[in-house]
Amino acid sequence: MSILVDKNTKVITQGITGKTALFHAKGALDYGTQMVGGTSPGKGGTSVDISLENGETVSLPVFNTVREAKAATGATASVIYVPPAFAADSILEAVEAELELVICITEGIPVLDMVKVKRYMEGKNTILIGPNCPGVITPGECKIGIMPGYIHLPGHVGVVSRSGTLTYEAVHQLTTRGIGQSSAVGIGGDPVKGSEFIDILRMFNEDEQTHAVIMIGEIGGTAEEEAAEWIRDNMKKPVVGFIGGVTAPPGKRMGHAGAIISGGKGTAKEKISKLEECGIRVAPTPSEMGSTLVSVLEERGILNSCTTH
Amino acid sequence: MNIHEYQGKEVLKQYGVAVPEGRVAFTVDEAVEAAEALGSQVVVVKAQIHAGGRGKAGGVKVAKNLDEVRNYAQEILGKVLVTHQTGPEGKEVKRLLIEQGCDIKKEYYVGVVVDRGTGSVVMMASEEGGTEIEEVAANTPEKIFKEIVDPALGLQPYQARRLAFAINIPKELVNKAAGFMLALYEAFVDKDCSIAEINPLVVTGDGDVMALDAKLNFDSNALFRHKDILALRDLEEEDEKEIEASKFDLSYIALDGNIGCMVNGAGLAMATMDIIKYYGGDPANFLDVGGGATAEKVTEAFKIILSDSKVRGIFINIFGGIMKCDVIASGVVEAAKQVGLDRPLVVRLEGTNVELGKKILAESGLAIVSADSMADGAQKIVALVS
Repeated sequence: MSILVDKNTKVITQGITGKTALFHAKGALDYGTQMVGGTSPGKGGTSVDISLENGETVSLPVFNTVREAKAATGATASVIYVPPAFAADSILEAVEAELELVICITEGIPVLDMVKVKRYMEGKNTILIGPNCPGVITPGECKIGIMPGYIHLPGHVGVVSRSGTLTYEAVHQLTTRGIGQSSAVGIGGDPVKGSEFIDILRMFNEDEQTHAVIMIGEIGGTAEEEAAEWIRDNMKKPVVGFIGGVTAPPGKRMGHAGAIISGGKGTAKEKISKLEECGIRVAPTPSEMGSTLVSVLEERGILNSCTTH
Repeated sequence: MNIHEYQGKEVLKQYGVAVPEGRVAFTVDEAVEAAEALGSQVVVVKAQIHAGGRGKAGGVKVAKNLDEVRNYAQEILGKVLVTHQTGPEGKEVKRLLIEQGCDIKKEYYVGVVVDRGTGSVVMMASEEGGTEIEEVAANTPEKIFKEIVDPALGLQPYQARRLAFAINIPKELVNKAAGFMLALYEAFVDKDCSIAEINPLVVTGDGDVMALDAKLNFDSNALFRHKDILALRDLEEEDEKEIEASKFDLSYIALDGNIGCMVNGAGLAMATMDIIKYYGGDPANFLDVGGGATAEKVTEAFKIILSDSKVRGIFINIFGGIMKCDVIASGVVEAAKQVGLDRPLVVRLEGTNVELGKKILAESGLAIVSADSMADGAQKIVALVS
């Protein structure tokens, strides 16, 4: 098992005829993901040919609408690469079509668009990951997004993060130690987003394949603090944390739209002390995310079961 | 994006938010003309900079005649105001708002923000006007009242009234105050604000409810649909290097240290600053070159980092995922040659084709120190600049 995606996940790409979308559709296909088609309004009925690294060429059907694409392909998930001005509309279309999972990679969506999206999604069954995220991967089974697939190793540690490159950093540190990952989820760097830490932690908690979790947070908001309390009260598995932005000045947006200390709130220091207070070991530097997890796994006597042999 | 108070008030006026009559002045003569045109007994001379705390720093004066207006304008224009929001270097005043004085009965606070927890727009109000809301939140949180807005409906009149009653607006002015709040919400949503703060909101002797101050910030992701707001941007209020970086789609923030950083990814960029600090160094900047770090982008990033005279060494930390390390290494070498690198450079590469990347750096003939991990790189650059 794993969370969110596996070898049975059928994926369509919204905006598949765009350059970025095609590039990453190829990457997903090379990884073995079941990419089954895509949408591009006005280009329905055509198809796109994608040449893979192994020399094969895959032809994916293009549809005008998500509904049509879902009906024709049996897709369960979509990934969105459309430009920020149109991305919220793409999410709404995918939710309306009742896809199980929507992953929005697009960075730069106006926050009030996301406020409307969140409101529309209330009571609906679709799970949204992102926006402004690297995507989701279940190593060896399914890669949806922009992460480099080869750094991952199938295994038992879940990774959830607000930052793309820090996720890669953590995964790389795990893989080089022989510790595989059940799934790695980038929830994204925006202030208003589809899934929060707790949503993903809950899935990892219920996933038999996941034995431990790394949670990577950063300055801004209070999602890490809320997650820490949830972990203390509910989590059956060890969680190790890292929080970026100890040196970030207040009032400045550090790249991610959501990474800002406003009104003295959302500092890394507050988050780290809350995590520690809730019994979560926090890596002192980003170089030590892997080693911190290893020491916790050793203490719990589960290092061996988390190592991919 | 931030704008000046006078611009904020002009925006709010379009939505029917009550503000005092006022005019902007760039010179002393313009200030006097503006006061004459207002024809008011008392006018307020207000420094226009992108920072709060102007009053305490001597940037707001009440003038009772035109001579006083001239004197105050002379005093404030060109003055460097140092407030808790400007940093120790302060900000030079280049614009004034000349505004009709009003008979203030009581000051309140009204603010609109996007609340991350609920993913909604929230309007906040407090009776503690004139004080910073963070201070009120810390000392007397029970004095802040909030209404969560359903985006499908917008702020409803009953919610606005509830806020007005909660903060003890005089009964006969509750409807006026509620109207003010509804108009403020409308402006917030229509212009894609990230913050709209009215502090203070005042009730006057003649029974008016108006915004004595106005702080509007806008969601930079939404500026593509607000050309009128984008036109209000005052580049003189922003860091030169940050403006230069934004032209090349680089995310750059100047800091006070002496180690320049170049990183791909915002989270990794922040974490790189942290690890430099952890090993006893001081980062000079935050710089995210983005996922597709091309040679051109790396060159521009170098130029921006090197234009900071405080920088005594550079740390490049790249996790090459989609981008291959050899491509990045070639870009770094090319850029370093082009800009004439004259300070220590430590490069940590990880990811696809890392060995090839390291080889390119080693054979470049440039004095580039290679690092095996983030920690190794941070320690090396800290040692090199100290």
